[in-house]
Amino acid sequence: MATETVTDVICPLCGSLCDDIEVIVEAGRITNVKKACPLGKSKIMGHGRIRAPMVREGGELREVSYDVAIERSAEILSDAKRPLLYGWSSLICEAQRKGVELAEEIGALIDNTASVCHGPTVIGVQGKGSPGCTLGEVKNRADLVVFWGCNPAEAHPRHRARYSHAAKGFFRPGGKKDRKVYVVDVRETKTAKVADEFIRVEPGYDYMVFSALRTILAGHEDVVPDTVGGVEKSKLIEMVDAMKSCEFGIIFGGMGLTHSRGRYKNLENVISLVDELNAHTKFTLMPMRGHYNVTGSGHTFAWLTGYPFAVDFSRGYAWYNPGETAANDVLLRGEVDAMMAIAADPGAHFPGESLRHMAKIPLIQIDPYPNPTTELADVVIPSAISGVEVAGTAYRMDGVPIRTRKIVDTDYLSDEEILERILTRVRELRR
Amino acid sequence: MGILIKNGVVYDPAQGIYGEKMDISIDGDKIVEDVSSPERVIDAEGRLVVPGGVELHSHIAGGKVNAGRIMRPEDGRKGRAPRGRLTRACSGFSILNTFSTGYTYARMGYTTTFEAAMPPLLARHTHEEFEDMPITDKGALVLLDNNWMTMEYVKAGDLDRLAAYVSWMFGATKAYGIKIVNPGGVEAWGWGKNCSINDPVPHFDVTPKEIIRALAKVNEELKLPHSIHIHCNDLGHPGNFETTLETYEAVKDITASSDRQVMHATHTQFHAYGGSSWKDFESKADAIADYVNKNDHITIDLGAVMFCDTTTMTADGPMEYSLHTLSRRKWSNHDVELETGSGIIPVAYSPKVPVNAIQWAVGIELALLIEDPWKVVLTTDHPNGCPFTFYPEIIALLMSKPKREEMLKGVSDAVGRRALIATIDRELTWGEIITMTRSAPAKILGLSESKGTLRVGADADVAIYDIMPESFDPAKGYREIEEKLMRTFYTVKGGEVVVKDGEIVATPPGRTYWVNPVGERAHAMREEMLKDLEAKFDAYYTVSMANYPVQDEYLSHPLEIRAG
Repeated sequence: MATETVTDVICPLCGSLCDDIEVIVEAGRITNVKKACPLGKSKIMGHGRIRAPMVREGGELREVSYDVAIERSAEILSDAKRPLLYGWSSLICEAQRKGVELAEEIGALIDNTASVCHGPTVIGVQGKGSPGCTLGEVKNRADLVVFWGCNPAEAHPRHRARYSHAAKGFFRPGGKKDRKVYVVDVRETKTAKVADEFIRVEPGYDYMVFSALRTILAGHEDVVPDTVGGVEKSKLIEMVDAMKSCEFGIIFGGMGLTHSRGRYKNLENVISLVDELNAHTKFTLMPMRGHYNVTGSGHTFAWLTGYPFAVDFSRGYAWYNPGETAANDVLLRGEVDAMMAIAADPGAHFPGESLRHMAKIPLIQIDPYPNPTTELADVVIPSAISGVEVAGTAYRMDGVPIRTRKIVDTDYLSDEEILERILTRVRELRR
Repeated sequence: MGILIKNGVVYDPAQGIYGEKMDISIDGDKIVEDVSSPERVIDAEGRLVVPGGVELHSHIAGGKVNAGRIMRPEDGRKGRAPRGRLTRACSGFSILNTFSTGYTYARMGYTTTFEAAMPPLLARHTHEEFEDMPITDKGALVLLDNNWMTMEYVKAGDLDRLAAYVSWMFGATKAYGIKIVNPGGVEAWGWGKNCSINDPVPHFDVTPKEIIRALAKVNEELKLPHSIHIHCNDLGHPGNFETTLETYEAVKDITASSDRQVMHATHTQFHAYGGSSWKDFESKADAIADYVNKNDHITIDLGAVMFCDTTTMTADGPMEYSLHTLSRRKWSNHDVELETGSGIIPVAYSPKVPVNAIQWAVGIELALLIEDPWKVVLTTDHPNGCPFTFYPEIIALLMSKPKREEMLKGVSDAVGRRALIATIDRELTWGEIITMTRSAPAKILGLSESKGTLRVGADADVAIYDIMPESFDPAKGYREIEEKLMRTFYTVKGGEVVVKDGEIVATPPGRTYWVNPVGERAHAMREEMLKDLEAKFDAYYTVSMANYPVQDEYLSHPLEIRAG
């Protein structure tokens, strides 16, 4: 069979959702990937898939048919009193929508990976709002870019070249030459090394630094101490001057803000700073979302249920109260009596106490790849890779929806089909 | 087969029928002359039988609506309902989830709903939400005015390529009509600035008026079913009525390509203010109404305000920011590269706040002062003035002076000094209300053959309300209007009973209207235009052109209208 090059492929790895990838297909198999970063290339090329559906018997996972694995999953979910459906970020919106339908049907709690990632950003937005823009606005207009608590050079490798740091835009034809880049972080990251300015904050002091910047911006620099969170006052004054005098500024916020002391309060404070900067110039903020469609899971959940994550259907209607209804809240309280992990790896990312509870209850995993969650799972259902073997919608970190492409055929069932079959069977069992 | 609705008191202004006792026959999804052996007979027993409601301007689906849901979980908690046998779980008061949006409109007798502002780059999102919005037929107006391609063609005076671009964008975004929102002002907001109607747009060096005129001309050259649909410059500013009138006047010399207006000006309440500051802020509804009464090229909708805690959302980013500086609750903004922007804030309209009370008065005054109901459509610019669920109460206000008098007792006395509502005696009739909610919006949208009428051949969309018009006095019975218009006795959508006694009994998917301009004008300069567009994608967009157009997969029930 001939070699074929598929162009304009969307990379289903990170929230940058690069859509210019070229994939070389020979005899129905992907043999090379061009333009993608190493992370994306590895995802598209594929590696070490789960071979077949499996069910745990006598402590060991044993290969079974899809029918058997789906039947077992439907039994677990229809018997459960407090099921949790978690993950939903590394797959397409079509599957997320089916997942919400399943959650409503069985009165489950459905949560996505924002819960342990940018959930605090969402809560910050719910307190103060979200002054943002699409990435093209940054590319075309921004002359000041701040990466705060994020490290795109390693986590979003093409972000700087395509959208932010070096991207050449209409009003910034010189790219890197036409903009100033700050990195604010607790350590000198790879991104910090290529920035114009690196500001090192002591761990846990972001909130105070934002407060100091807001105080200076409000004209009260006299009450700011000589150093705040390890940053000299003169540096802070300089930064406020740069922010006030730019034409279009943006702060990209990372997990350095959501996972350090203050959490959502850090976000409320930085959103307030951006809000106040708009009295002087144009300023925006954007969270650096991780999984390629975690933004989409927030969107689909929101239009279907009213809320972006941590949605509890146990009352029949959607109830949202992170702190009470996020995945780890119910796991740590030992409430959950059955769990589905789909397109995410709680086994690697949840606290030990949550994992101890997960080990006690029936756990269904749906994923193309084995991961630490597989070790705890009682039913494992391999799925086709969305964005490589299945086409569907994904939302970039800035809310731009793009239809991912199907590049090659597969014998694996899609996530959506697996969920549809479980839902159908659950309905029959509950009748 | 089919449905026979007998003994209804029918209002169908499009046919000149005002309260006639007659039968309506349905076969399949259409209204027919008569149906020989109906599967179902509905005895209306003298109840009000009217065409399904047509919503021509409402923010119900897409990026900014969903950003509102995400920002306001406190709104989601109001309006929650568990899933039912046929229905999905519901949430939201001012920003309803997609299911609740479809069910609520249907329960109120509305069967057609248009999303008012779709950013092209985010069009896929709007269509995804439509897929999860049951029952109503839908369509979306696409934002094309602050668009770099548009502004460059306007600057160059090249309407040939602009026509080619507009028609390509209709296909790429699966849009129904051209939406204009604060032309030029939203591009200026990219730099934190704004524009009034004659201010040159920064860098692009065109004026908003030039953008409006060019898009109006192209709209008519392409023979689009709807006219341009405009949110004028200076929304919400004291004294903005002058900008509004200048906007209307700007397209007066342009000839419509069909029997409709040249410009539909939306949420006019927000554009009908006098005064020079918030202190001397006053109603200029009379000036706007006077212009509309004297001119036939313009139609409006109300954007009426009612007192509640709602959410404002619009592509008018600078307006939302300036509103935010007054209230300082929380503010979202989303500028969209090369195309448009948006802003969202919560707003609580209070009857005790003079400005809010005057805003409330202006919306009602416009409906009462404009003589011809075919020129004015009932909207609240949902959810900007208030949620669409206030329609029954607004209708009560329009039909009943006693209702107005009762409400006036509770509002700021500024209304007495700086608004007109207390001086107006007119009470609208059922014929006028049905025109403003059905026949007029259908005609303004260019859908009068299929929507907003019970004429033979029209879509079988019917609402039956538990009101007996022959023995009912709306002026006295306003509380009954408020109650009965919330929940129909029956709603029929496309020949299927979807609501009975106010409860959802079927949830068919609605269809999505989109307009495909196919005429000579749409295609003449397409090749040349595409070269310009490819250059824009290569250099300035962050999405490749190959991934930009909305694929057919996103419209599972499309209804294509070929224009030109």
